[in-house]
Amino acid sequence: MLALIGVAVVVLGFALRLNPLLVVVAAALATGFAGGFDVVTIVSEFGRAFTQNRYMALVWFTLPVIGMLEKNGLKERAHAVMARVQGATTGRVLTVYMLIRQLTASLGLTSFGGHAQMVRPLVAPMAEAAAENRYGELPDGTRNLIRAHSAATDNIGVFFGEDIFIAMGSVLLIKGYLEQNGYVLTPIQIALWSIPTAVAAFLIHATRLWWLDRRLKRELERQP
Amino acid sequence: MSVLDGIYLLLGLMFAAAAWFNLHDRTNPRHLRRALFWALYAATFLFGSWLPPFVVGCLAIGMGLLAGIGGLGKATAVEAAPAQRQAAAARFGDRLFVPALLIPLLTVAGTLLLDKFADGWVAAKDATLVALGLAVIAALAVGLRMLRQPAAVPLAESRRLLDAVGAVAALPQLLAVLGALFALSGVGQVVADLVGRFIPVESAAAVVAAYCVGMALFTLVMGNAFAAFPVMTAGIGLPLIVKLHGGDPAVMGAVGMLAGYCGTLMTPLAANFNIVPAALLELPDQNGVIKVQIPTGLALLLVNTLLMYFLVFRF
Repeated sequence: MLALIGVAVVVLGFALRLNPLLVVVAAALATGFAGGFDVVTIVSEFGRAFTQNRYMALVWFTLPVIGMLEKNGLKERAHAVMARVQGATTGRVLTVYMLIRQLTASLGLTSFGGHAQMVRPLVAPMAEAAAENRYGELPDGTRNLIRAHSAATDNIGVFFGEDIFIAMGSVLLIKGYLEQNGYVLTPIQIALWSIPTAVAAFLIHATRLWWLDRRLKRELERQP
Repeated sequence: MSVLDGIYLLLGLMFAAAAWFNLHDRTNPRHLRRALFWALYAATFLFGSWLPPFVVGCLAIGMGLLAGIGGLGKATAVEAAPAQRQAAAARFGDRLFVPALLIPLLTVAGTLLLDKFADGWVAAKDATLVALGLAVIAALAVGLRMLRQPAAVPLAESRRLLDAVGAVAALPQLLAVLGALFALSGVGQVVADLVGRFIPVESAAAVVAAYCVGMALFTLVMGNAFAAFPVMTAGIGLPLIVKLHGGDPAVMGAVGMLAGYCGTLMTPLAANFNIVPAALLELPDQNGVIKVQIPTGLALLLVNTLLMYFLVFRF
């Protein structure tokens, strides 16, 4: 039970809105001590895992390109493009993006998208522009809501598309784990059973995006 | 040195540039702390492959303390003026999209090509990462030429964006460390035993619900469905759904993992999906993305539970 102290630190720390880095470092150290390891082992494991997971920071490698394009008006251009699309709404823009993200992920192309590469420079500005073209300048709260929805749509699209691809890490993890326990399956059986959830995810989230459109209309449409 | 190590070196130089710019920025009273933070992060990339793990651990803990106690101050680098951006947008037009779209397109193409042809010099598991790195380098070269920008611009701009994201940039890696220490101390087993203690095993519906909700809850706590899957499947999935009630392992595995993903949508511990984009999009609420995802996450968890109940005993 003592091993759970790290979980408690994380839950409490995040609930109290302490600095997340500090919370996570404290939880990691506490977990190590609760597990009965000495300082050198814990800090070494800390460093080993930190180095091993450096790939997570590769997303920042895109920033020089994205920043340079932003300085030269990428967001403004995305905005102008949306002005030309008749009938575009925030919800529709995001629904189309979700569909593309799900379909490409289901073909194994999970790197077609992402928060630094696609959402910040392209998807969010387009979703914002679709609302601005209809309702004029957006209040900050609305702008942030649309941005949050843009990020959420990217996540939902990739999460519930990728498992349809037979060579995806998660599919292979399921296959490998079941095989160790004596159940030999082909990846395609697992991928197949991911399809109903993928469809449900699209329907549920598309409905919510349609509601988002209605909410934006209700809140922003000025009376003539 | 592998190709990926080379890309990490470049990434380290980028963080070092952010440190350098901050070091000389007198408008932020805490500029030294911010500079030190990026310098420590840079060191883990520039020397991480050669330093002993203990030293890297000290650097990473130092980053956490620096950010957590006293903080890094406000980001001071400002974006180019709107008028300037508008003018550039009018001048370059749709060409601006070319470098932006080159990144995902070349990453996809590069992954497929490296998978096929790079046996020996790029490990299969690194193909996507190397492809992303090379795609960014290509997009940068195209962008610099096309927009005729001085070479310092990308570095200054990456510093602006890194400062906007702030210390959260290192959070996904620190959470992976937490996951490693959870594994080292056997936290997963303790949680699985706790969950297993409270299920009425004779009801097929209760067992399915416990497995799906358990996957989501465990993922909430661990921040990662991949960590939850082996533990929950050993504790509930295989012994109760498959062996006791005769369920189909393929349905259980596939839908169970997706139930875990519903948890991923709802936890700050999945920082790279939930906290990092909130920072990247400069949302005032760190949990802004999670809040928007919770209704979809809950609805989909219910759907997954029902799907498993109706499908797992049928095939």
